[in-house]
Parts: sequence; structure tokens; C-alpha cells
Amino acid sequence: MGRALGVLIWLLTIGSVWLFVNGRWWLPEYISEHGPAYDRQFLITIIVVGISFTAAQVGLGWAVWRYGSSGNRQERAVYSHGNNRLEIIWTGVTALIFIVLGLMGQRVWAQLHLNEAPAGATKVHVVAQQFQWNFHYPGKDGAFGRTDPKLVKDSELNFVGLDEADANAKDDQVVTTLAVPVGRPIELTLQSKDVTHDIFVPELRYKQDVVPGLAIKMHFNLTKEGRFELACAELCGQLHYKMKSYMIALPANVYDELLALPQAQFQARITQLIKEYPIGIKQGTQTATASQ
Amino acid sequence: MEEATTPIEPSDAPAAEAAEASPHAAHHHGPPTSFIRKYIFSVDHKVIGIQYLLLAIFAAFLGMFMSVLMRLNLTWPGRKWSLLGTIFPLGAPDGLMTPEFYLSLVTMHGTMMVFFVLTTAPQGGFGNYFLPIQVGAEDMAFPTLNMLSFWVTLVGLMVLVSAIFVEGSTILGNTDFVNNYLGGGGTGTIGPIGGWTGYPPLSALGKIAGPGQGAGATLWIISIAIFCVGSLLGALNFITTLLNMRTRGMSLMRMPLTCWSWFTTAILALLAFPVLLAAGVLLLLDRHAGTSFFLPAGMVLADNVLPNKGGSPILWQHLFWFFGHPEVYIAILPGMGATSHILSTFARKPVFGYRAMVFAMFAIGLLGFFVWGHHMFISGMDPRTSIAFSVLTLSIGVPSAIKTFNWLGTLWGAKIRFAVPMMFAIGFVSLFVAGGITGVVLGQTSLDLFLHDGYFVLAHFHLVMGVAAIFGMFAGVYFWFPKMFGRMMSERLGQLHFWPTFIGVYGIFVPMHIMGIVGMPRRYSSFAEYDFLRPVDSLVLLVTVAAIVTAAAQFIFLFNFFWSIFKGKKASGNPWEATTLEWVTPTTPPPHDNFAGHLPVVYRGPYEFAVPGAPEDYLLQTTPDAAAGNLAVAEQGATHGAQESSGNGHNGRH
Repeated sequence: MGRALGVLIWLLTIGSVWLFVNGRWWLPEYISEHGPAYDRQFLITIIVVGISFTAAQVGLGWAVWRYGSSGNRQERAVYSHGNNRLEIIWTGVTALIFIVLGLMGQRVWAQLHLNEAPAGATKVHVVAQQFQWNFHYPGKDGAFGRTDPKLVKDSELNFVGLDEADANAKDDQVVTTLAVPVGRPIELTLQSKDVTHDIFVPELRYKQDVVPGLAIKMHFNLTKEGRFELACAELCGQLHYKMKSYMIALPANVYDELLALPQAQFQARITQLIKEYPIGIKQGTQTATASQ
Repeated sequence: MEEATTPIEPSDAPAAEAAEASPHAAHHHGPPTSFIRKYIFSVDHKVIGIQYLLLAIFAAFLGMFMSVLMRLNLTWPGRKWSLLGTIFPLGAPDGLMTPEFYLSLVTMHGTMMVFFVLTTAPQGGFGNYFLPIQVGAEDMAFPTLNMLSFWVTLVGLMVLVSAIFVEGSTILGNTDFVNNYLGGGGTGTIGPIGGWTGYPPLSALGKIAGPGQGAGATLWIISIAIFCVGSLLGALNFITTLLNMRTRGMSLMRMPLTCWSWFTTAILALLAFPVLLAAGVLLLLDRHAGTSFFLPAGMVLADNVLPNKGGSPILWQHLFWFFGHPEVYIAILPGMGATSHILSTFARKPVFGYRAMVFAMFAIGLLGFFVWGHHMFISGMDPRTSIAFSVLTLSIGVPSAIKTFNWLGTLWGAKIRFAVPMMFAIGFVSLFVAGGITGVVLGQTSLDLFLHDGYFVLAHFHLVMGVAAIFGMFAGVYFWFPKMFGRMMSERLGQLHFWPTFIGVYGIFVPMHIMGIVGMPRRYSSFAEYDFLRPVDSLVLLVTVAAIVTAAAQFIFLFNFFWSIFKGKKASGNPWEATTLEWVTPTTPPPHDNFAGHLPVVYRGPYEFAVPGAPEDYLLQTTPDAAAGNLAVAEQGATHGAQESSGNGHNGRH
């Protein structure tokens, strides 16, 4: 019985490790500047975790294989209450590994969260509501029009409560697709009208809750063009699974042209871009680094 | 020996009135004879323990059934399950599950499992039954409180189950009472759709936020609030009993590790549940009294600006996870205790590093209170706070690693007997490693940016606090069953239960990590909408097949459990040749007062296996030593004061 269990533990270990290393499944290809650092930290961590997991399971399997009782009532196990020296070494080594990993694991976070977006970043306001993403662009003038919850009227397509009387609002655009430029810093301001949502684009390596009552800012730089699925990652109700949109990452000049269009043409152009860009990274588009 | 420190003399006991009514009366006048006092409203910790266990088994099968339904829906979207359509004509019209029905399964599965399985059986079940016996006491310190704790918990479960009917049936759901006082039901779900974490505003807005969020959510909150009260009563009892009622010679450092784990768990419960209770009350007020604890200004629903002002949805998350993270340890610590206990017994070897195990357990419990923020990295709270929480989180890996190392150390050089309890205990170690170690991934703020609220998280916590904890329970059931029922469970059926379950849970939860790496978000009722999830379709199917096999194997356990109560082979008093006090009771199952009036005296630590020179390969804690060692033990005991008392001083040998 013991040998069978030992072998089973080893087989389960091999199977588990195989799922991670067979090359078929991994993170989707990154599109953001912090992507490579994220992927490196993830890989290092998975390797450390994988080695620890394998070592522990192999050890467990070995003990189970090796130390089974023969059924002889006279036999005795080793009489030992432990070994402090081993205990201290083991504890020290794990503590060191975990703390180092833990500190390394703050880098990408700090880069994204402890700095403001650079001045002149491209700004988009994200307004989430049950099962729909609204993206509010400032238009040509670069200034967002005033919004007010009292002015929200979904039936008249004023999803974000834009005040038409405000001069800054004249050229603003509101659509349900996120368009952003590649190679420029981007700052999203996240707001929710009703419950908590979460903006998630897998290729972006970024999740951020969208919380009613707060205007949360997130910033990042994109390095690749393409169209990417944008999902809600915080349970928001009945049709949570369908709260889908796209993020289209465009060359900066295309984005500028887009932003200059009035609402109706903006909307039409977005529809056209969705057709132009199949889902995924556009082949052969990568800027080395984002510039300001 | 100082009689003044004798623990449960009525004059000393804080809740003397509660205690007075039962143990003393009971012991002096013999056990209750009426069926109702003996089996239903019993104050006997052993009966209460079994009641908790049965409650957990009921909730576990219900929760498991829900999880299988979820898998069916995810794997075969659009498929009609006619039987389901017959049972839930609203939630699954023509047998096709609605998204809200699915989400209510998510919520009810989580709530059922976390509260009514993982928090009841390991602590309320085994802890209740065996903590008093293992420390050599006649009962819990407050037996009536103990009875209340079970019955309050049962009421909590009934309220939760009532949500199924109130939301699932239009007749019940549209009564005046439900409409006026509970927020309206009959929406075709089986409860609220907000998940077991119940984040507001979704959970605070009532019916307008979605189906199930009316009466379903109200009943869900009430159920949890009631559950908190029940757990508090239990926790008080555990702590008092363990500190005050240990028998002569049972110093703290001679307690079995099970007792340490129940003790730590009780402290966690005592500090964590009041916070959830308060949060639940505030949430109820937000829903029904128009307050705005969790609701900010400026929310717009259906073009109407809601009148709320000044609340914060994030406040709920802080309160919830201040409870919720210790709750993870409330679920797993008793499993760790049982595993240590069982590994040593069947390895025929002392626990490796007993002291380190005790300190590690306390370290885990203590650190568990300072890491709740890792559930909230991306919630919108201050990102600098996240860094502090992250580093503290990673540090929990250290005591966890100590435990793993010591379990392996216990097995090293052992003479392992592979009985079913041991199989599950070994399975626990394997699963604890598999599930726990990914905490090192998720605990990093940076990596959480992608993995949060995805299947990687789901895999992590299901393995470690779900399945590992349940393996701890199975180990406990197979191990203690002979003592609880006087009969052995079938070894053959037990093995038949173990193998597919062990393989099955790996098959369910390891592939879920991969889904998480690909980006799969949790709490989706369908994955059909997203192209980026197509690569893992084959794994979705694999997981479901594994889930069905695993679920089916649990019926072997169910059958074995109930069949063995009546038909199992008669058990001897100490069938596993174990060392601790539950195995020296005069009868099996133990008599009403556990030791028939003769409290045992403890002479040695709990895991004295393979002692050189001893006649057998184990020494009971009660075996006196005629040699010099005996004196050493007595001196050691005298330095501890409280444990020198003789229990409760009557009928004993003193």
C-alpha cells in the first residue's frame, strides 16, 4: 500500500509539473511596458514554487515508499523528537527565499502604483455600470466636460451624465470601446455608477477594481498594437460574464486622428477599427520603448 | 495542590449559572435518560460533537451537489438538464440554467462549505468530542452554552437553506412577509448572487441590483450573523475548557497537537467572528434601514441617483477580510492538528519538533490577523498598504514550511501502518503543500495584478483551505469513528474512497491553476464570450470529469459511515494503539462523564512511540513510569501550577 501511495504521489507531481511546463498554456503575450518585468517575476516565482513543490512531494513520496511497516510487531521506528539544528537551517532558508521573493514581487507594483502618470499622458475616463463599459474621451481640446450623476439618462445614451451645457463637453466622445495609443503613457480614471466592477485586459497584466464613490487612476504604457478583449473581473451581478468590451491599441497618429472626430464619426470610426483589427496583437507592431 | 485553583468549581466559573445546571447535576445524577435530553437537546459534548459532524456532512453534500451543477453548466453551456428543470422551473427553465441561477449556486456553495462545513466539523465536531477527553475533562466548561452553540448554528443553516425556497419558489417568494420584510423573493435563484464574500454595493442595494439580491441576500446575511453567534459561544467554551479543565499532569506542553490546534482556532474565532457579525449588522441596516455604511454618494441605478452618502464599499472588504483571512486558518488549523496526531500514531514515531509545531501554529494564527489586505490589493485601497500586507503574507510561508518539514521529519525513519486515516493524513500533507505553496505567487502584489479574482486564486484556496481541510476531516472521521461509535469503519470501503478522491482532487484543482494563468476570471456563468479562454476548453472538460468522479466517490464514504455505525466490526478501546487520553476511556464510546468518575493522571507527552526499552512500541500518556523518569515528570508538572489541579475534584482519585 505504501509503495503504491508513494508512486501515486510522484505521478501526481509529474502530472502537475507537466501541466505547467508543456508549453501549451501560459500567460497571453504581453502588450504593456511592464509586461516583461511581470512575466520574469512570474517565471522566477513559478520556478521557485515548482522546485519547492517537487522537493516536498518527492520527499513525502519517498518517506511513504521507504518507511512502511513490515507488519512485524517487534519492529520499532526511530525514537526521535526532532532536530533543532535542522529546524533552524530549514526555517532560515525558507524565510530567506520567501522574503527575497516577496521584496522582488513589489517592483512592478511600485512602478505602476507609487508613481503618478507622467504629465501629458493620454487620458480616458472609464465609467462602468452593470454589464456595460463606457469610455469617455476628452475630444480635440483635451479637456473633459463636466459630468453629473443627475444627468445620467441611459435611454438617451447619456451614460456618463455629460453636461452638454459645459463648453468642454462639446467635443467629448463617449463610446463602449476603449481606444488608446501605443507608445504614449496612458492614464485611465475609473468610476462606477452602481456596483464594484473590475477592468481586466489579460495582455495588459493589470486588474483594477472600479469602485463606486471613488475615481481610481491607473496608468501604463503600451508597446504593441492590436485589439484585445476587455472583461469585468469583479462579480457585478447577473450578466457579469457578458460585461465585455475591447481595448484597441492604435498607433499614436491614428489615435490623434480618432480623437479629433466628433461623436458620431468617432463611433463609426471605432466600428471600422474593430473590423480592421482582428482580436490579438497586430503582427509586426512593436515599439521598443514608450516615449512621452 | 491548591483547591482554590480548581477550575470548574461553580464559585470560580465565570458563567457559573450556565455550568451549574448541567455538568454537576448530570454527573451526580447520572446521564439523562429521556431521548430528547440524550440525543436532541443534549449538553454532552460528545453528542454535540456528533451533531456538528452530521450537520457538516449534510451541508457538505449539499455544497458538493451545487459544485457539480456549476461544472455541468460551465462545461456544456446551453445544454438542457431536464431533471433540473423539473426541480427549479424558474432557475433552469426547460433545464437550461440561467446566469443568476448559476451565480446563486456559486454563493450558496461557498457559504455552505466555508461556514457550515469547514468551520463546523473540524472544530465543533471533532474539537467538541475530543478536546475535553484529550485533556482529561468530564465535559466542556459550559455544557449548556455548548448545546446552544450547536442549535444556534443549526438555525443559521436553516435560515440559509430557507433562501433556496424563498428565492426558488414564486409562491413562497411573493408572500407579503417576504415582500415587506425581506426585500422580495421568487426570482428563480437559490439565494443571493453576490458570492460568499457578499461585496456591497451589489449586496446592499436589494432587489434592484439583480435577482436573488432581495430576500435571498437578506436571509444570507441573517444566516451568517446567526452563525457568528454560534461560533462565538463555541470558541469561549473551547478556550475555557482547555485552560481550566486539564487533568492532573496534563501540562500545556503535554497536550496533543489536536488540542493546540483547536485552542488556536478558538482564539481566532473569538477575535474574528465578532467583526463579521458587526459587518453583517451594518449591511442589514444599509439594506433595510436606509443607512449608508457601505454606500457612497452618486450611485445611479436605472437613471435614478440613489440618496446614499458617505459610505465606502471598501470598508466592507476590510471588515469582511479581517474575519475572512483568519477564517482560512479556522478551517485548516484543526486539519493540521489532526494530521500531526494521526501521522505520529501511524508512523509509530513521536512528532518531529513538537514545540516548533506548537509555535508554528500560533505564528500562523497570529500572522493570520495581519494579512487580510492581500485579498484587497486591487480593491482601490492605498497601494503602499498593499506592500506591507504582501510582505507579511509571504512571511506566513515560514511557519507553514516548518509544519511541512516536521511532517516529513515525522515520517522519516518511521514504521508506517497504512490504515485509511493515515492515507488521508498523508494526502493532507501533499495537498497542503500543493495548495499552500501558490500563496507565494498570489501574495506578491505585482503578480496579483494579473491573477487576482481568477482561477489561479480559486485553485489555490480550494486546495489548501477546502480540500486539504476536508482531507483532515476524513482522516479524523476514519481515525476517531471507532471511539465515537464503538465500531470500525470498513477499511476496504475506506481505501476505495481514498484513491479516487486523492487523484480526483488533483485532477480538479491543478488544471485550474493553468486556467488562471491563461486569464480565466472566476464567477463567470459561461466562458463562451471570450476568445482568450479557448485554449483551456479541454481543461474545463477534464476538471468536470474529475469533479464528477470525485463527487461520486464521496457516496462510498457516506455509505461506509452510516453502515458502519450499525454494522461495522466492533472496535476495541484502542484499535490504533494510540497514546492519548481518548484511548483510555473505560468504555467505548466513552461513558457520559468520559472517565466514569476516575479522571486519568498524565505522566508523559502525547506521542511516545518507539520508546527504547518500553514493552510495546507505544506508551500511553497515563502509563506511570516506575523508574527515575517518573520523578522527572512529576517535577516538571509541578512547575505548571494550574494543571496540577485534579480536574473538578469530585469522584476522582484525589
